[in-house]
Amino acid sequence: MGCGLCEVWCVVAHSRSKDIIKAFKEERPRPLTRIKVHSVKPTSFGLQCRFCDEPLCVAACLTGAMHYNDEGVSEHDAEKCIGCGTCILFCPFGAIQVDRKRGHVVAKCDLCAEEGEPACVAHCPNRALYIEVDEDEDEPEDKAKKKEVP
Amino acid sequence: MAGGGSVSSKYLIIGNSAGAVGAIEAIRQVDPDGLLTVISDEGYAPYSRPLIAEFLAGTRTLDQMLYRTSDFYQKKGVVPILDAKVDRLDLEARQVWFADKKRFPEPLGYEKLLLATGGLPFVPPTEGGDKRNIFTFITLRDAVTIKTKIGDVNKVLVIGGGLIGICVSEALVKLGKRVTVVELLDRVLNVNLDKAGSELYRKRLESRGVTVITKDSVERFVGKASDQSRVGGAILKSGNRLDCDMAIVAIGVRPRLDLVKGTAVKVNRGIAVDRHMETSVKGVYACGDVAEAYDFVWDEDRLSPIWPNAYLGGRFAGQNMAGKTTEYMGSTGMTSFTYFDLPVVSAGMNALPSEDVGRAGKVTDEECSRYEVLMKTAKDGFYRKLIIRDGRIKGFIMVNDIAGAGILTDLMRDRVDVRPFREALMSEELGLAHLPKEMLPARLRGDH
Repeated sequence: MGCGLCEVWCVVAHSRSKDIIKAFKEERPRPLTRIKVHSVKPTSFGLQCRFCDEPLCVAACLTGAMHYNDEGVSEHDAEKCIGCGTCILFCPFGAIQVDRKRGHVVAKCDLCAEEGEPACVAHCPNRALYIEVDEDEDEPEDKAKKKEVP
Repeated sequence: MAGGGSVSSKYLIIGNSAGAVGAIEAIRQVDPDGLLTVISDEGYAPYSRPLIAEFLAGTRTLDQMLYRTSDFYQKKGVVPILDAKVDRLDLEARQVWFADKKRFPEPLGYEKLLLATGGLPFVPPTEGGDKRNIFTFITLRDAVTIKTKIGDVNKVLVIGGGLIGICVSEALVKLGKRVTVVELLDRVLNVNLDKAGSELYRKRLESRGVTVITKDSVERFVGKASDQSRVGGAILKSGNRLDCDMAIVAIGVRPRLDLVKGTAVKVNRGIAVDRHMETSVKGVYACGDVAEAYDFVWDEDRLSPIWPNAYLGGRFAGQNMAGKTTEYMGSTGMTSFTYFDLPVVSAGMNALPSEDVGRAGKVTDEECSRYEVLMKTAKDGFYRKLIIRDGRIKGFIMVNDIAGAGILTDLMRDRVDVRPFREALMSEELGLAHLPKEMLPARLRGDH
């Protein structure tokens, strides 16, 4: 339904305070949402990293900021990022955001690695967002996939 | 590894930059155990070459430039032979010989070989070019050398207004140096940008104190009055004289082909490879700046010496070397950069073939009539250009708003007929939602 709550909770999850009021009213620069609601009426969908099997962002990255973690899943290390945007030029989904306010950094979904369940999934009022695990893979790799909401 | 002529590595990679890392990561996904050896004439763990400018500017240390973790080779079970130069390939015996015969009296054998030797800076022979304080800017070694000499330097002459020239200029400006860029063609970043885009960059450069001279080149270098052996300036083709304390030659890179010269490996402008990244010699692969791989914009094999293509080519080479048959989908010349805080992406063609200096007058009217160009400027310096041939994207430029650039890259790679929705592709903050609804499910799944 395009309510945008996934964006709100993504910002909170990636804030320092983890508090919705502080994250929006006090923290500057405000954390960037890694999920974006796209609307093509009457359809809308939240789009974040698709966790490709052959991630072009990792191939593209000039510095190694986009890399495979020990489970073989693409991960972004903001410390190594120079915000050149090469990953954005390669990502077929437009799922990587530029963080201009924080200077030269990009941001992509990390499945809320520190939190357990992704905040967007936990707070989706319509359960349009859910976690889907690829069954043909051995790795305990969760993939947040979106479901289209008519 | 020295000694014992029977030593053989299942996989041998010459080079240890992006292409090598791509291959190592791919090989280890298929074959966790096969003996894998990397030989490099550089003495460092794989580092990010594009970061050498940050190193020069002092914004990154050596440790912060590592492309992978410092234990990468160990973790991947790679035997690194660094600071070692291979000087001969024996393709029939499947072995390589080292230049340093004292350290490595015996050759090293291999089953599969990857040539990831990269490129060498192109330095045209110039009178006075042997003076001190004239450098190139490709490797960490270059950056380290320049850093040690930069202290008492005020004016720097950068020869070449391409990516490397602009990138080193940014670092030099950060260091408070006075920079002049001399570009042979009519505009800076001409490989990446059209006239309008390049003009935006020229203005940005000038606003940051860089002097930009186009349509001119260095005829000869002259020495300092106090010390003729040290560069003190240059006389340009136009007759103008520029003073400098240092010169950096950033004209371009050429494939480093010395190893394959006189061998059975087929070479065009670079080493020719098929879609498996295999050369004309079975079991020998090539990738990166040294290879001529498939380009989906030009529909032919081409050099495209950019970092991501080296990694990608290496990845496909690695898969095929390890026995997992895959086909490289190709790439094209494409770059994204934010030098002097001006975000730009460009991919494929940046101008019509008829506007290309090398091809002007050679393009038929019939060919020209197949093209359509969309251009848009908007607030906050937004500039976008889309070049379409027979409905297929052949190139694009985005300035200041690069959101969703990869969506255009993907449409270009898949040769999708974009005519029905081409105007939507000019939208600000481009996203998948700008594509026709019926295309979305497949695009979102990534299977198309």
